[in-house]
Amino acid sequence: MLWNTVLLALRELKRNVMRSILTILGIVIGVGAVITMVTIGGGATAQVKEQIASMGSNLLMVSPGKRLGPGQSSGNIPFKQADAEAIAREVSSVAAVAPVSSKSIQAVFGNQNWSTQVTGSDNQYFRVTNRSIRSGRQFSDSELRAGAAVCIVGETVRKKLFGGQDPIGEKIRLQKLSCEVIGLLEGKGQSTMGMDQDDIVVIPLSTFQRRISGNQDVAIIQVSVRDGAPTEKAQRDIQLLMRERRHLSASDDDNFNVMDMKEIAKMLTGTTQLLTALLSAVAAVSLLVGGIGIMNIMLVSVTERTREIGIRLAIGALESEVLMQFLVEAVVLSSFGGLIGIALALTASIWLADVLHVPFVFNAGIVIIAFLFSAAVGVIFGYFPAFKAARLDPIEALRHE
Amino acid sequence: MNMIAFSQTDNQHLIELQGVTKVYGTGQAAMHALRGIDLHIEEGDFVAVMGPSGSGKSTCMNILGCLDTPTAGAYKFKGIEVGKLTRNQRTRLRRFYLGFVFQGYNLLNRTSALENVELPLIYRGVPSGVRRVRAVQALDRVGLKGWDSHTPGELSGGQQQRVAIARAIVTEPAVLFADEPTGNLDTARSREIMDLLTELNRDQGITIVMVTHEMDMAAYAKRIVRFLDGLVESDEQNGRTA
Ligand SMILES: Nc1ncnc2c1ncn2[C@@H]1O[C@H](COP(=O)(O)OP(=O)(O)OP(=O)(O)O)[C@@H](O)[C@H]1O
Ligand SMILES: [Mg+2]
Repeated sequence: MLWNTVLLALRELKRNVMRSILTILGIVIGVGAVITMVTIGGGATAQVKEQIASMGSNLLMVSPGKRLGPGQSSGNIPFKQADAEAIAREVSSVAAVAPVSSKSIQAVFGNQNWSTQVTGSDNQYFRVTNRSIRSGRQFSDSELRAGAAVCIVGETVRKKLFGGQDPIGEKIRLQKLSCEVIGLLEGKGQSTMGMDQDDIVVIPLSTFQRRISGNQDVAIIQVSVRDGAPTEKAQRDIQLLMRERRHLSASDDDNFNVMDMKEIAKMLTGTTQLLTALLSAVAAVSLLVGGIGIMNIMLVSVTERTREIGIRLAIGALESEVLMQFLVEAVVLSSFGGLIGIALALTASIWLADVLHVPFVFNAGIVIIAFLFSAAVGVIFGYFPAFKAARLDPIEALRHE
Repeated sequence: MNMIAFSQTDNQHLIELQGVTKVYGTGQAAMHALRGIDLHIEEGDFVAVMGPSGSGKSTCMNILGCLDTPTAGAYKFKGIEVGKLTRNQRTRLRRFYLGFVFQGYNLLNRTSALENVELPLIYRGVPSGVRRVRAVQALDRVGLKGWDSHTPGELSGGQQQRVAIARAIVTEPAVLFADEPTGNLDTARSREIMDLLTELNRDQGITIVMVTHEMDMAAYAKRIVRFLDGLVESDEQNGRTA
């Protein structure tokens, strides 16, 4: 009987294909948006977590400004190299401290060029970020002190500029700085918010300051805590030290930030989660609008088919059977919209994941929830029209023209 | 299925109307379609209802067919007072015991003749295979063999009327109500339909109540009831039993 009702509903919807399609558009968009957002958001979150895991949980980031955001630190007293040295010297639980400044620059070798992230730091940088040199060597102390024109390149930069050629000993140009490649970093693989960790050129900090930024500032200090030492204590020690060095009185707030990876992860995933929540709200509204659209069309349909309803009631259909017929029609309509939305969303997600360089993480849960939700929209918004149909008086309905 | 329990007593009528009135509208605009009908119909009877237009024949048929309820008075079907049943109970009565040929056919548009005829069987829960066979048979009996797939729009008025008759008889109901079943048919077709009704009445014991304007058709019935202004004017056995 239910199967019959479903077939009946499908036939009824087929009679008005265009109307049916327009009716479910709201549901298609709602379901499609929710699934796309959650899938892409989930992929981005997974990626952030993965990268943070690869950086190690004992990493601390010290940055000027109240709160660390991607590239957000303006208007605050910057750090100097001496601050990094002070942390290394005074905080006992740290294993390595690296002052870091970086800038996106066009690197040129011969007729090849490639826009990459040029980072000024010292050998501690490789310890802190857990990277090793695959071939060549680290910076020497004299190179670091003198601000020599030498660099260590990442795997992506090697590929883009040198192709199959050995880069060691070659000279690449970074703006006006021509520097010799002395080392090649071990590849880390693609990761983090579409950022390729191997797309990097490391030069001595003093070289960066003198030849690229033109000042003595350090953008951020990266600290790795000794294995087994509590990161909370290191965080607190660094905080106290920095307050002292920055001459903050007891009543002043911190004008810098010491964050561990957990907090950074929370912040980064928080952004994507907020975005997901916002867009999901938009999607929910469009589901609601879709539901109202379905109710509207079902009401029109009930009026148009008053005679049919009268005939069915007169011939022996129970109220519940007429109710069921129209309810099933509404649910078939809305879940059809749901299915189309799911198909569109998965296609869009795979494409977007590719474009945004985030992994495509299939979330079966949200697909099922979205489908059930679309079916529920049909039940909720189809109920009133169906009830209206079932309550018609057969004699009145038969006289309806 | 919540069947209706009929109380069987010996000298009980199949259908019994006692002072049935039907008023449409209220106050000044009130329309007294039936003014007090007393009527008994026994099982196996074949009754022709005649009377001028507007005399209340269709109104009375709707009440007999449990589609409508009297404003006052009582309608008892197999001893059960229909006016006291719920809507769903009346629907079950129609579904399992009654067949109805409407004055205006009332077929589903855009639906094939076969599916129209199958409809009452669907609500009776007859499995689709059996349903199809019986619907084809019913169409055959009204002379519409081969017209299964035509929709009402593709059929003539007379053909539509015969589909409506097929739909009413396909369930082999205990009582068949037919409101002018031959109103749109030529004499030859009308006689075929009347022969069919006579056969159903005689061989299957189906009680038939039929409205007609034509004396020729009424002649097939065992009994003729005449309506006038919402009252039974005369009620007599038919001399010439077909
Ligand atoms: N739903 C209704 N609302 C108001 N008046 C109605 C309604 N149904 C019938 N009537 C009126 O009741 C009266 C009896 O109508 P009914 O249809 O029973 O006549 P009838 O004997 O079947 O006539 P006909 O031979 O033309 O079919 C008519 O005057 C009609 O206008
Ligand atoms: Mg009539």
